[in-house]
Amino acid sequence: MPRSVALVMAALLPLLVSSAGPARSGDEQSFNTVEKGRYLATAADCFACHTQRDGGKPFAGGRAIETPFGIIVSANITPDHDTGIGSWSDEQFDNAVRKGIRPDGSRLYPAMPYPSYTKMSRADVDAIRAYLQTLEPVHNAVESNKLPFPLDIRAAMRAWDKLYFVEGELKPDPQQSPEWNRGAYLVLGPGHCAACHTPKSMLGGDKASEPLRGSPVQGWFAPNITNDERTGIGRWSVEDVTAFLKTGHNRFATATGPMAEEIADSSSHLTDSDLKAMATYLKSLPAQADNPAPIAANDPAMVAGGAIYRDQCSACHGLDGKGVPQLFPALAESPAVRSKDPASLIRVVLRGARSVATDKEPTGPGMPSFAWQLNDDQVAAVLTYVRNAWPPPAPAVTAKQVGKARSDLQTRSE
Amino acid sequence: MPPNGVGGGGVHWNAETWRFLPSDFVLKTHLTQRYGASFLPPDMTIQDWGVTYDELEPHYDAFEHLCGTSGTAGNLQGKIQDGGNPFEGPRSRPYPTPAQKQGYGHTLWAKAARELGYKPFPQPSGNMSQAYTNPLGLRLGPCTYCGFCEWFGCGNYSKASPQTTILPVLIRKSNFAVRDNSEVTRINLDASGNHATGVTFVDTSGEEWEQPADLVILAAFSIFNVQLLLLSKIGQPYDPAANTGVVGRNFTHQAMSSVDGFFDKAKFNFNPFIASGAIGMCIDEFNGDNFDHGPHGFVGGGYLGQVQTNGRPIETTPVPSGTPKWGAAWKSAVRDNYLSSLKGGSIHGSFYSYRDVYLDLDPTYKDRFGRPLMRMTIDLHENELKAAAFMTDKYAEIVKAMGARQIDKSPRKGPYDVTKYQTTHLNGGTVMGADPKTSVVNRYLQSWDVPNLFVMGAGAFPQNAGYNPTGTVGALAFWAAAAIRNQYLKNPGPLVHA
Repeated sequence: MPRSVALVMAALLPLLVSSAGPARSGDEQSFNTVEKGRYLATAADCFACHTQRDGGKPFAGGRAIETPFGIIVSANITPDHDTGIGSWSDEQFDNAVRKGIRPDGSRLYPAMPYPSYTKMSRADVDAIRAYLQTLEPVHNAVESNKLPFPLDIRAAMRAWDKLYFVEGELKPDPQQSPEWNRGAYLVLGPGHCAACHTPKSMLGGDKASEPLRGSPVQGWFAPNITNDERTGIGRWSVEDVTAFLKTGHNRFATATGPMAEEIADSSSHLTDSDLKAMATYLKSLPAQADNPAPIAANDPAMVAGGAIYRDQCSACHGLDGKGVPQLFPALAESPAVRSKDPASLIRVVLRGARSVATDKEPTGPGMPSFAWQLNDDQVAAVLTYVRNAWPPPAPAVTAKQVGKARSDLQTRSE
Repeated sequence: MPPNGVGGGGVHWNAETWRFLPSDFVLKTHLTQRYGASFLPPDMTIQDWGVTYDELEPHYDAFEHLCGTSGTAGNLQGKIQDGGNPFEGPRSRPYPTPAQKQGYGHTLWAKAARELGYKPFPQPSGNMSQAYTNPLGLRLGPCTYCGFCEWFGCGNYSKASPQTTILPVLIRKSNFAVRDNSEVTRINLDASGNHATGVTFVDTSGEEWEQPADLVILAAFSIFNVQLLLLSKIGQPYDPAANTGVVGRNFTHQAMSSVDGFFDKAKFNFNPFIASGAIGMCIDEFNGDNFDHGPHGFVGGGYLGQVQTNGRPIETTPVPSGTPKWGAAWKSAVRDNYLSSLKGGSIHGSFYSYRDVYLDLDPTYKDRFGRPLMRMTIDLHENELKAAAFMTDKYAEIVKAMGARQIDKSPRKGPYDVTKYQTTHLNGGTVMGADPKTSVVNRYLQSWDVPNLFVMGAGAFPQNAGYNPTGTVGALAFWAAAAIRNQYLKNPGPLVHA
């Protein structure tokens, strides 16, 4: 093939070409393949789920993953022959990652985000496999399935897959820029943002009509990350989104909860150009028309909430709600504050929070718990206030929601 | 409150961040030249530091920029600046952040001082006047003037502390580890006695460990550095009778005096709870050798400042002298005076060194490991008492000019009383200098006896100046660190040959 033609193809189909290079060389031990696999494994954040907290060996599994249906314990994906995936063929690895099928033909649970990973290219999955093969094998037998009957029957997942699983690699959109396509690939494929941020059905499947518009996860609410001005990232620039993913902080927000973990383990290690591509893609996602009525300033909850805000919150977040850039979140500008589900807000007030520290932003500021000094009515009032003191408004938070979260949190360790 | 935890005194300090005067570093030479040797009390053992202000200036600057210090420069590269301290040594660039806002009482005091011909300036503060990002990328938030910095950690990321300015970066380094809740019990030496091999420490479960090391940097609180050197038998212990030895010698404190002013509550409302740890307006006319001591018969001095740091209930309940100590009359006086009194009248007197003020191992009392405790032998000398009386009168004149209806003066008086809080500025005992006969460490804070041991902190001060010590402690640490990195590591061994 003449060189000029290859370059034209590279411009049109950047993903295919960039994925093709080293992995097609057939040398799975080549540095380029392994390094690419390491990078993709980071983008896919395999480490987070497949490593036990508090000193577990990397990728040796054993972390309990909370799902709406019960606990699933992550698998050992080191190359150990007996307890890891050392004896798997590349084909079997690909089947697990992109189709949710185990070597014995049974089904994985979608806590493993194969509905996202299916969008990856085979070459990229092979590269991840090549990287995992370079890890030190760790002997760690994991009993992964601790779901209650009848969910513990893996065969049930066949039906689930039929309902919700759309197998297939992401095809680039020729109408969009290479950067947008790269971003779409990272967000929808290895980044598996949908796993947390896309609303779920009763059975835990993605609501395909509402991609990335926010969903409850592990006692938090993973916010809308479409370009919605009110509850999404509509007010953030591409640079703001990039900075958030890279450093955990930007002029409006600081990451906490599961997102803090994602940033520490995954996105802070991605290249600036990949993060900008993800931001470009996310910023292109259309907003929803949804305008809740504002709550009157003289509403009793607003009056009480304003007084509590002045006493308890304004020292850091400011009377104007603008906080301190990179340090204290700007509640007035925060889309997460306006999420339709206030779970994250309630949780942060009741339990406090610690934002993520990264190499670029080494200060990971903390917020204290207010559970001991504010009752359910007071928490509801102050959150109603911060959701409505600065436009656009968001629905009131009720004492009942706070009370439920308070009792729910008692059984949560982190 | 000797600081023992992670972050040391940097957690609970007020964050006053001063530089000492250029003449403070060559004190003995300077005073002898100006007044003659006979002007100094015969038992006073002040000496030059072995390092000059000019040498320390870049390191003061580095420390201030690490901390984000808020202040108004008074001397920029030799040019005196309006609104700053005209007596300070030249600084290479302005403070990293502007001075803090001042309360009503501080402002009125400064106005009265100005009208009396003084040049008041805002106290340099490690409580942030605005958000700040330090050279390590760490972020500080603006101070909200809640008045709880003094004696407490700051919950708003607004005070320069190790926790806000350096530790978050260190803990990200793979070659950094902290053993908190542990206590070093001794520095270990090899058979030669002049090479440290590491330290022994005890953890929370009482288990003893040895940490080997090529280089030991002793950075406990000053008096504990002295204790560790004595227990490790490093350096010759000071003997006041024979006037020999160095470890424990030239121990000093801070000769604090104060003035409380009580005002007509119908005319004055100071809202004293609006404050920060290092808020305040000061004058430096009576510090160091900024004035002619000839007529007064003493040396030294201090800054005078209206530095009321809080209106915390229970603790800050000023009442005029003569008020009953309890009961209805006391309560009534607290109520009447809370908003209209100024309690932060601070006279931050220097404390020079004397032959009979020192630290040694206690012959009787032991710590939890059975080691002798540190023993302080200390009293106030005539020189400091004269200085205190002089400065207290000067301060009272300013409060009078403000219009106080009653002024209660409390010049520092002897005998020394350990039950009265008078700062935690314990200095000396491991002093720096040019002569191993009168110093424990050389000009780079390196032990004369064990060259792979460096000793940080205010223990290095040969005598104490009329300022809070932390700025100088920080500058010395940067100075010593530069010497370690640029000289010692390339060629380990003594950096100064005596």
